[in-house]
Amino acid sequence: METAIISGKGGTGKSSISAAFAMIAGEVVLADCDVDAANLYILFDPEKEEERVYVGGKKAVIDYDLCTNCGLCVDYCRFHAIHTIDGKVEISEVSCDGCKLCARVCPFDAISMVENNLSRMFSGNFRGGKMVYGRLAPGEENSGKLVNMVRAKAKELAKEGNFSHIIIDGPPGIGCAVISAISGVNQVVIVTEPSMSGLHDLKRAVEVTQKFNLNPWVLINKFDLNTEMTVVIENYCRKSGLKIAGKLPFDPIVVDAMVNLKSIPEWAPESEISSRLKKIWRKIVGGKNPC
Amino acid sequence: MTNGEPLKIAIASGKGGTGKTFVATTLFHTLIKRGLQVTLVDCDAEAPNVLEFFNSGKIWEEEVSHQVPVIDTEKCVFCGKCHEYCEYKAIFYLPTMKVIQVMEELCHGCGACSYACEFGAIAEKPVSLGVVSGFLINENSTLIESRINIGVMSPVPLIKAAISKIEPGIAIALFDSPPGTSCPFIQTAARADFIVLVTEPTPFGLSDLRQSVETLRQIDKPCGVIINKASLGNRDVYKYLDQENIPLLLEIPFSREIATAYSSGKMATEAVPALEEQFLQVFSTIKMNYGNSHHQW
Repeated sequence: METAIISGKGGTGKSSISAAFAMIAGEVVLADCDVDAANLYILFDPEKEEERVYVGGKKAVIDYDLCTNCGLCVDYCRFHAIHTIDGKVEISEVSCDGCKLCARVCPFDAISMVENNLSRMFSGNFRGGKMVYGRLAPGEENSGKLVNMVRAKAKELAKEGNFSHIIIDGPPGIGCAVISAISGVNQVVIVTEPSMSGLHDLKRAVEVTQKFNLNPWVLINKFDLNTEMTVVIENYCRKSGLKIAGKLPFDPIVVDAMVNLKSIPEWAPESEISSRLKKIWRKIVGGKNPC
Repeated sequence: MTNGEPLKIAIASGKGGTGKTFVATTLFHTLIKRGLQVTLVDCDAEAPNVLEFFNSGKIWEEEVSHQVPVIDTEKCVFCGKCHEYCEYKAIFYLPTMKVIQVMEELCHGCGACSYACEFGAIAEKPVSLGVVSGFLINENSTLIESRINIGVMSPVPLIKAAISKIEPGIAIALFDSPPGTSCPFIQTAARADFIVLVTEPTPFGLSDLRQSVETLRQIDKPCGVIINKASLGNRDVYKYLDQENIPLLLEIPFSREIATAYSSGKMATEAVPALEEQFLQVFSTIKMNYGNSHHQW
């Protein structure tokens, strides 16, 4: 069973909650799919068994021995990545999309494509089972493909080790990385916060999950920071037929646990927030609709 | 500032949820109150939130689209060259079955297929990526929002379009940056003179901050840090800033008043008026040190 935890936006507590679920669930495969800012390895310090290179696209490079500064590539580039500056043709690495059209149109074969190969995927053991995570090198693109790679590895490990659960800590946003993180999963938990922007991001995340015919669970984190907004969100969920997984209070234990490099149930097993997390996990796994 | 070019400040964070939008909107509000000409650009096209903090009317809207191929199967000879030229695997091609189809959601609109086709079988049509809109805050100041359509691959074209809509002659432009350190963040940061990184004093915050700083050094952009929720967590972020010689612009302690005001869509300065003076100080520091340099991108 694959459970993805997403949030529409980062910082709602997705990673802390994923880490807690992983420890509550027992032996799991934990896939950190927030490849842009992978954080769970900080808490769990997994031992690295495998490291794979991920090629995240290509960039065009000019060989100035061959370039005549004719500017044909400038005309063809639709990403405005090539400019003639002081009579010299230059490619902005920042704007290059790697489409290779410039290399194809160049009459002097002066442009070649270089692979971005600084991104990595790691996997290995951690204290709750197996863990897979990706690290996208700064500025590299196509994180959706790296997410796919992380998920494929997680499935492989689950099969090999007979793990019944894969927990996916999803990337923020509603873009292609999130789509890669939730396509084909059994269930999705959207973590939200009781704020105007929280509700707005929740609605966008719900739209994405509905494209995949997933009926998401909604978990309201830090609900006591604005109880009025919490009611607004609960009402929205009821009206839209969304399942409410539960509510978690704002609690400094969450930060304390992180600073001490522990998941919440490890750091404060007897706390109220830990018992709420356990209840929520049981509800999600049981698949019962509480409403 | 000089030569009609605005001072461009991006507010970024490596990751969402550290208080980036909170800093961007508070700074915007503070500068407007001083009568300055400011444009705030919401570059977080995947989850634009800035508008929720300001009552304002839309003054313009522009659809951002790219050109996607349309294959005329009457003219197509199924040579497969367009399929071969497409780096994004957006053209589905089964020569034996005489099937060729464009998968629009994978297309980046680069035009390589049109260039490849020697039989005039490829035309192009615009496909919407999202919308960029302008809002009037007062006679001096505007807000520009980028908003990507759900399912669109990359927010970068929206970000570029939004930033290009800044009116000439405006004094200050603030960019509320998208999270992460990949293309959307770089596209935003590359267009700014200075980047304010908002972080939290926790291991997650430090990890994301480190990654942001490394990225900014690669594109040679100066940055400073605001530590939000400064009363929680530990001292590791402070040590890192010391080691790396990165200016600490401001510390904002965690406060329920701020969190509650912010969550209701109110300005945090209403709850904690002292913030206004502190934000003004941050702006003065940036202006003094970086106000006259205008980097190319």
